[in-house]
Amino acid sequence: MDTLTAKSPEDKTTDKKAEKISGSQAILDILIREGVDTIFGYPGGAIMPVYDALYNYHKYFNHILVRHEQCAAHAAQGYARVSGKTGVVFSTSGPGATNLVTGLADAMIDSTPMVCFTGQVFAHLLGTDAFQETDVINVTSPVTKWNYQITNAEEIPEVLAKAFFIAKSGRPGPVLIDVTKNAQTQLFDFKGYEPCEHIRSYRPKPLIRKKFVEDAAAMINEAKKPLVIFGQGIILGKAEKEFREFIEKGGLPAAWTILGLSALPSDHPLNVGMLGMHGNYAPNVLTNDCDVLIAVGMRFDDRVTGRLDKYAKQARVIHLDIDPSEIDKNVKADVPVWGDCKDTLPMLTKLIHKKEHAAWLKKFRELQKQEFEKCINVELNPTTEVLTMGEVVKVINELTDGKSVIVSDVGQHQMVACRYAKFNQSMSNVTSGGLGTMGFGLPAAIGAKLGAPNRTVIAILGDGGFQMTLQELGTIMQNKIDLKILILNNHFLGMVRQWQDLFMEKRYSFTDIESPDFVALASAYNIDSKRVESREFLKAAVQEMLKHKGPYLLEVKVGKENNVFPMVPQGCSVSEIRLS
Amino acid sequence: MKKDFTITVYTEDRVGMVSRISNIFSRRKINIEYLNTAPSEVEGIHRFTIVINESLEVVRKLLRIIEKQVDVLKAYSNTDEEIIWQEVALYKVSSETITEKVKVERLLNEYGARAVAIRKDYIVFETTGHSEESKKLIKFFEPYGLIEFVRGARVAIIKNSHGFHEKVKEFEKKQPTENFETTEVEDDKAVFSL
Ligand SMILES: Cc1ncc(C[n+]2csc(CCOP(=O)(O)OP(=O)(O)O)c2C)c(N)n1
Repeated sequence: MDTLTAKSPEDKTTDKKAEKISGSQAILDILIREGVDTIFGYPGGAIMPVYDALYNYHKYFNHILVRHEQCAAHAAQGYARVSGKTGVVFSTSGPGATNLVTGLADAMIDSTPMVCFTGQVFAHLLGTDAFQETDVINVTSPVTKWNYQITNAEEIPEVLAKAFFIAKSGRPGPVLIDVTKNAQTQLFDFKGYEPCEHIRSYRPKPLIRKKFVEDAAAMINEAKKPLVIFGQGIILGKAEKEFREFIEKGGLPAAWTILGLSALPSDHPLNVGMLGMHGNYAPNVLTNDCDVLIAVGMRFDDRVTGRLDKYAKQARVIHLDIDPSEIDKNVKADVPVWGDCKDTLPMLTKLIHKKEHAAWLKKFRELQKQEFEKCINVELNPTTEVLTMGEVVKVINELTDGKSVIVSDVGQHQMVACRYAKFNQSMSNVTSGGLGTMGFGLPAAIGAKLGAPNRTVIAILGDGGFQMTLQELGTIMQNKIDLKILILNNHFLGMVRQWQDLFMEKRYSFTDIESPDFVALASAYNIDSKRVESREFLKAAVQEMLKHKGPYLLEVKVGKENNVFPMVPQGCSVSEIRLS
Repeated sequence: MKKDFTITVYTEDRVGMVSRISNIFSRRKINIEYLNTAPSEVEGIHRFTIVINESLEVVRKLLRIIEKQVDVLKAYSNTDEEIIWQEVALYKVSSETITEKVKVERLLNEYGARAVAIRKDYIVFETTGHSEESKKLIKFFEPYGLIEFVRGARVAIIKNSHGFHEKVKEFEKKQPTENFETTEVEDDKAVFSL
């Protein structure tokens, strides 16, 4: 791929007069100007003019032909999550567009910047039930930060500038641009491109109120038992350093949501672990013991809070968030610190006193010990014959030294991966948090590898979730994507089975799932693969996978009916967390 | 406690705004009692007037979500005491019965109704006011055969508002000036309010 200086192949620099170009060409020129070099997509009738233009621009873009539009969206998400750039998707109208919906919903709830282009029927056919016409604007309105239908090529420069600005700024999110076919082919005077910096009706960052920052600092300074809980806001705000300085000065124990994971190194002394349903014992229990709860860039999802009327009732709550609609949404904030935490954290750090909170931290260590004996040790150093998911993750930790990108799907393996994977670099954990989309893992890992080509990317998948998007093995094959696919096969839809086990008297209603021979399947796609069923071969097999040049699939057979603990049963308070 | 709130929303004049805004309510299964949308006094900006029956807490959350929409400039909420509002209503009544049995004159005085169309077979009356009054008039007409009735959505003027002209100028700026950062009524956590 060439480096990108916005010169389209068609651009004849000798001829200075504004030339008429097609809408499709303008779209691609603008993508170059926006620094886009990777596109995930799938062609079809209504977007063919764009693909035709792409034929001339192939040197400027790495276009990845996925096997399903949903996966284009998830790949764009994975790409965005590890690179901090905006993911870009092309798809056709009708079924192509509706196939994007799951990915849009996932990106919306997990605040992932993405710009999706959908083709649309000719403007004069809108509303006639034309072939492959879907009202994609209305279908996607609840799952996009912004969407817009372009029916005239003249609109392209301004609308695309807005699209990229909106997707990336403030609380990021997906934007969908629907382009009718006539606008794609229409020739127009392209007068140049101006990136957007301001939209009068849109405030990406609320004004910081100094008083709230001061109130928050005073509250933190008074606290005897402060607890920080953080989410993806730190990563999206690129505020990892500011965050560390904040907790280190205040001696503040910090626990994370699964989207905040990797923002703080796993072995940081103030990292007290994971929050929520399958999180660590100490931060869950002590949420109901702390005196000041400081939430940073997180949104109090119900999987994190458990029962709300018994959540941190004793504590005063400080909430730092860029999105004002998150404040008071689930948990009432005593002090709402609006703003980008990149800006507000240093303001707070300045005002707080240097402290240690040694006795309070000791409480975390004590509970950690209990959890280690009852859960962690059993999972990581099992004495049973069957393999556990945790010991597989432990081997990965040993062999990768916390440097790889871990992409997980949804289910037990996801919780185990998030609980046990070690990270010493931010933007390293990619998972579908808010939507819990099975099938997310494999395509997101493809995107992650393209977004972080120099890093090892490991997709940790369940046998169920893998089968939701396994067609992407074709994408991996065709594009030779050097991805490590690890299937933790328990022959069940494990997480649902766990609930049936614990709360529905083991009535395993449709949760046993048969799978094809994954090794044979991989070889059909020309992907090297192996299956491991016993402990003695585990480490060597993971080693081989990691050393292998190019894509590799490793299936590990794990205990069929192992459960993930600790667990906060639904409807229970976080301090009612069960260790077994 | 639930009560009527009148939500005023200023948006860009754009296709699809009604659905984006109404989605916010329908997603939460909140019924919209009245919805009026029309161009505001400022060119290019539409004004929505939405009436819902909800608690203050829910209304506050809704306002923030409405304002979060990229094409929304500003949203306000007000109780009935804080606004002057009017609703138009039209009544089509058979001319025969009404002229025979009722003194149209009396009707006009008592209910503040106005005859806007007088035909051989029917008369159309109009009232502008509050819904309690129109409800009374409907009751009154019932025995004489009310053929058709329609009520317009509420429109409301906010008593303590200074209008939107000046505010738009602040929105045009990248950062609004500090003194525009005032506190909203009943919301000590207002983000920034213009
Ligand atoms: C698209 C979708 N459908 C259904 C679910 C509900 N669900 C959550 S976890 C899970 C089981 C996942 O099984 P598997 O992929 O084998 O992973 P495991 O839990 O066994 O690790 C299911 C069905 C979901 N999250 N997403």
